[in-house]
Amino acid sequence: MSAQNGSVPKIRVRGLKKAFGSKIVLDGIDLDIAPRTSMVVIGGSGTGKSVLLKCILGLIEPDSGLIEIDGTNVLTAPRREAARLRARIGMLFQNGALFDSLPVWENVCFGLLAENRITRAAARRKATEVLAQVGLGPEVITLSPAELSGGMQKRVALARAIAAEPDIMFFDEPTTGLDPIMGAVIDELIVDCVKKLGSTALAITHDMASAQRIGDRAAMLYQGRIAWEGPAEDLLTTAQPLVHQFTHGLAEGPIQMTLRR
Amino acid sequence: MTLSLNPLDGLAATGRFTLALCRGAGGATLFALEGVHQLFRRPFHLRAFLRALMDIGYASLPVVALTAIFTGMVLALQASTGLSRFSAGSAIPNLVVLSVTRELGPVLAALMVSGRAGAAIAAEIGTMRVTDQIDALTTLATNPMRYLVAPRLLAGLIALPLLVVIADILGVLGGFIVGTLKLGFDAATYLTNTINFLHTDDVVSGLVKAAVFGFVIALMGCYNGYRSRGGAQGVGSATTAAVVSASVLILALDYGLTEMFFTK
Ligand SMILES: Nc1ncnc2c1ncn2[C@@H]1O[C@H](COP(=O)(O)OP(=O)(O)OP(=O)(O)O)[C@@H](O)[C@H]1O
Ligand SMILES: [Mg+2]
Repeated sequence: MSAQNGSVPKIRVRGLKKAFGSKIVLDGIDLDIAPRTSMVVIGGSGTGKSVLLKCILGLIEPDSGLIEIDGTNVLTAPRREAARLRARIGMLFQNGALFDSLPVWENVCFGLLAENRITRAAARRKATEVLAQVGLGPEVITLSPAELSGGMQKRVALARAIAAEPDIMFFDEPTTGLDPIMGAVIDELIVDCVKKLGSTALAITHDMASAQRIGDRAAMLYQGRIAWEGPAEDLLTTAQPLVHQFTHGLAEGPIQMTLRR
Repeated sequence: MTLSLNPLDGLAATGRFTLALCRGAGGATLFALEGVHQLFRRPFHLRAFLRALMDIGYASLPVVALTAIFTGMVLALQASTGLSRFSAGSAIPNLVVLSVTRELGPVLAALMVSGRAGAAIAAEIGTMRVTDQIDALTTLATNPMRYLVAPRLLAGLIALPLLVVIADILGVLGGFIVGTLKLGFDAATYLTNTINFLHTDDVVSGLVKAAVFGFVIALMGCYNGYRSRGGAQGVGSATTAAVVSASVLILALDYGLTEMFFTK
């Protein structure tokens, strides 16, 4: 499946390991994402999904393994080359990570302004356009992030991640904290990015309906490894016991929540 | 828990402290080198620089001005009671202007700015760190050292000497007020005495000190903020560390610089 149509996967991860002190978080991740497809990663809270994204982005240094973007290993490539490849990834952080010293429009167009692809005057117009895609009106562009609700912040962060129309998009829980209708709108927007812009997407979500709407394929992270990988539509029907328990939210099963009572 | 007073504990604690100090000094030095290096790389973030200049310089003006005036006033008063014992009361203007330009202007201004702007820098950058904003910069084609640190280092370097020029003038004014209104100096005599005794060296050495202190304040704010970890508490301790380390460094460097300038 790595070589769908025999092409090089957009992102290829092999044997990726990362421990914080004695706590092993990633313990040999293998993952392929084909170009112009979307992959959804599911898994329990604290299993290392966000750490996986940050390793690919170069924000956390993994202990060992291989990460290829377009066939080039970014862990061994020269710094410039690795930075160039990673610059093509747009990222939505789990907590938004909006710049609170800047108004919304500058947040949204930050990457475009930084690369001088747009003037400051044009940036306001562009921001209004992108914000409309995430269901926000022009009245928010001059507000500061602190003046927005949590869900609005999430959508501004999403707008910032896709404003530059990056080749690869990472979404860390894009619909958490949104109402169901807005969640569906955002799911559709992500699908559009893949279908219309031809981007490759990697999304983390806890929402199974959303996972099936966004994902072409899905993978489940468990105990530092990819425990299951398959088409996203199989998420709810697969017999794999870990996935079955997780997607159906069953208390009984191979995944034991260590609770003390 | 039993409280044991092992004499070696103190030794161990001293050792730990020394080690931490060396690690910190090494880390801060590397951080400073990287920050200065980024100052010379394109693009230069002009907006960030101007904002930092306002935050460090302009916003510190009131507190520095008040400190300087009162310092000049109290110096004149102290000098009059001290110097009159040697019937050297006429030296008051000289004493005030030398103390202010060489020593108290730069040091007190720096300590004030460190408490104000240094703490604010550490809090802002620290918050950006713990809320992933620094990571977000990296993903948006922006080098965080170049965008956050370099402009603040330059702003500190430039803002402090400007503040100290003002502090010098206001410090002398403070002495002048007390001298003329309270100690019976003639206004013209006070000013002539002030100006005749002042050398360029006195002012220049004070301004050089100010530039160094300004850099140190910005550096300690950025460095401690940048490596803060663990939520609001981490940001809090980063802020404290920034102010404490900057203050101690200011006083230590003050001695070093004085030795360099005036004992040849
Ligand atoms: N910088 C760090 N230092 C130390 N430990 C960390 C760090 N970042 C993450 N961890 C640990 O790594 C583990 C995985 O964290 P991660 O944020 O990837 O979880 P997650 O799968 O995204 O969970 P959630 O669904 O709740 O967001 C956690 O146990 C966390 O404590
Ligand atoms: Mg997470």
